[in-house]
Amino acid sequence: MSDLWIHPSLIFLIGAVLLPLVPQAARKGWLLLIPILAFARIVTMNSGTFGEIHFTKEIALTFGRVDPLSQVFGYIMGLMAIIGTLYGLHVKRAAEHIAAWTYVAGSIGALYAGDFITLFLFWEVMAIASTFLIWFRKSSRSGAAGYRYLLVHMAGGVALLAGIMLTYRATGSLAFNALDVLSPTAGTWLITIGFLLNAAVPPLHAWLPDAYGEATFNGSVFMCAFTTKTAVYALLRGVPGFDILIPLGVIMALYGVVYAVLENDSRRLLAYHVISQVGYMVAGVGLAKLDTDFGRLAFNGVCAHAFAHILYKGLLFMGCGTVLHQTGESKFTELGGLYKKMPLTFILTLIGGLSISAFPLFSGFVSKSMIVQAGFDSHMLWVGFLLMLASAGTFLHTGLKVPYYIFFGKNNCKPATWEKAKDPVWNMTLAMGIAAFLCIFIGSYTPYLYDKLPQTLAHPYQPYNTNHVMETLQILLFTALGFFLMLKKLTPEAKISLDLDILWRKGGPAFLWLAKKPIQAVDTFVGEIYNAGGLIPLMRTSRLVGVFDSAVIDGIVDGFATGVRNFGARLRGAQRGALQQNLTAAFGLSALLLLAYLFIF
Amino acid sequence: MNLVRFIDFLRDRLGLVIKVSIGLLALLVVADIARVLLSHGHAAAATEHAAPAAHAAEAAHGFWAQLYHIAETIPVFWSVFGFIACAIIVYVSKWYGHLKVGRTEIMAREDFYNE
Repeated sequence: MSDLWIHPSLIFLIGAVLLPLVPQAARKGWLLLIPILAFARIVTMNSGTFGEIHFTKEIALTFGRVDPLSQVFGYIMGLMAIIGTLYGLHVKRAAEHIAAWTYVAGSIGALYAGDFITLFLFWEVMAIASTFLIWFRKSSRSGAAGYRYLLVHMAGGVALLAGIMLTYRATGSLAFNALDVLSPTAGTWLITIGFLLNAAVPPLHAWLPDAYGEATFNGSVFMCAFTTKTAVYALLRGVPGFDILIPLGVIMALYGVVYAVLENDSRRLLAYHVISQVGYMVAGVGLAKLDTDFGRLAFNGVCAHAFAHILYKGLLFMGCGTVLHQTGESKFTELGGLYKKMPLTFILTLIGGLSISAFPLFSGFVSKSMIVQAGFDSHMLWVGFLLMLASAGTFLHTGLKVPYYIFFGKNNCKPATWEKAKDPVWNMTLAMGIAAFLCIFIGSYTPYLYDKLPQTLAHPYQPYNTNHVMETLQILLFTALGFFLMLKKLTPEAKISLDLDILWRKGGPAFLWLAKKPIQAVDTFVGEIYNAGGLIPLMRTSRLVGVFDSAVIDGIVDGFATGVRNFGARLRGAQRGALQQNLTAAFGLSALLLLAYLFIF
Repeated sequence: MNLVRFIDFLRDRLGLVIKVSIGLLALLVVADIARVLLSHGHAAAATEHAAPAAHAAEAAHGFWAQLYHIAETIPVFWSVFGFIACAIIVYVSKWYGHLKVGRTEIMAREDFYNE
């Protein structure tokens, strides 16, 4: 390994560990310095393979594979880390920044990982660190949501690890390169499932709105940028051109739209639109067959859309996060008419809405259309049309419903909410301003984004042609007409919409019922035989069954239940204390030590 | 705040704003008709650009292929598409939201999970 190659994640980790030692007066400077340093490191890295460590004789870990694909994702994630940290600059508790930076370090580490073991290591760092961004909201709901989030991601991690092991057994290689998607093995499937869970592909998606709706006001800003987009990167690197991803992506794009209609919480609505937008990217990965023109266009489209998405979704989560931060409310039925109190927040949120809706001159217009175009070019016309249908839904909700019901519409604010509502502190406004500027810049000056894209196209993609502009304007403006004509039907209701997380949120009682009924049935059955027959062998058998029933089965069920209850009670007790903060610090430190160990020896 | 005054200015003239918006929609429709008619006039020039389209139209059987053919040849297709898409999304989602799941609907009471 080269001696001077510094991993950008290392900068974040060192910054995180030293943060509590930085005096309060210099805290804000430190908070800005570290992400800027890391970003500078990312943009100055040369292509190549760095940071190789021989873990054992057979296994070599590669921490730094720098190529155009990892660089385009690294660039935008480094940039978003600056914006996200600036947005939460005034947050006093160091642990929140430590968790956020460790999370970013995990994400960036996964991007530059050249082998599956390194990828897995950083993958788990991301999952654990981001859980704290939910817990730090410090409500009982966010506590529960955090545990659910962690458990789901651990399950995904296990699938990924199992897939890695199987692939290693089969091929003898741990290198993280494109897998054979034409005849996928069990290992390939498991790795893909691990990636799909992080990308929130239905039916593995329900963790996302659950978590992003409950995280802290700035935690969601980080979360919406990193987890799903790292997964998109991993899919693009590992399984480009995997056919199954095309229908899955299209279903995702529409699924998110349907739930967004029903949603009453602004941040949960945005979370469902993350699913919808990542659907375009997942479909794009499926289309990315690199031996075809449309495949290379799709490949670039996925990178471009992830790039644009991180900025406009970050902006939208910042806008709704600001409303939550200032008023304590994120539900449409508790908000409305706020343009009078928060005009700047309104305009900036609107820019995010227009960008995600792909209005000409805004970023979504130049990125989303590459994937849709690749769909039409591939002659899978249904992909193109259904993604167009989903884009009408995107504008309907994120471009119209979110701004309308928060900043206009019926004023549902309680007097206290109305009183508290005002535009935020300078750093939040500046962070939103930078993101808004970039959304417009990307949409208006295409070379900025297009020059970073990894694939060389036979015909460079031109989003600004008459046909494309006219089609887009027609779809969007007539969707707007529909919105205002159907305004009554779209009024948010104070309800929650059930999603597949019901399986694990209501699964406990259902499982108990299942376990209880059959066991009771056996018990009754044995009892009846005993009464009716009275034969000695039968009596013996039934006695045995009875013993087994009471001693073993009851024991297991009771013991399991008691165990879970005790564990829960202990965690609950610890949770009120400083468990989470201690864990963050310990976790950040151990990640740093590990990296330091690897780089020194 | 100037921004607030500007928005209030527009809200006070809501009728006019609506009329102007409808005017813009009409303009868009006219412009699209012109676009499609002109592109048919310049069919020779457009052939190169529409190569995949022509290919698809040749094999124009099946729902999506026919839809594609219509999209390429009929003006204002995407206006109609946008409006119908909006209606489909709203109605299908609302229908879905009122589906029964056990004793509740998909859109459940806020205390459904008792938290």
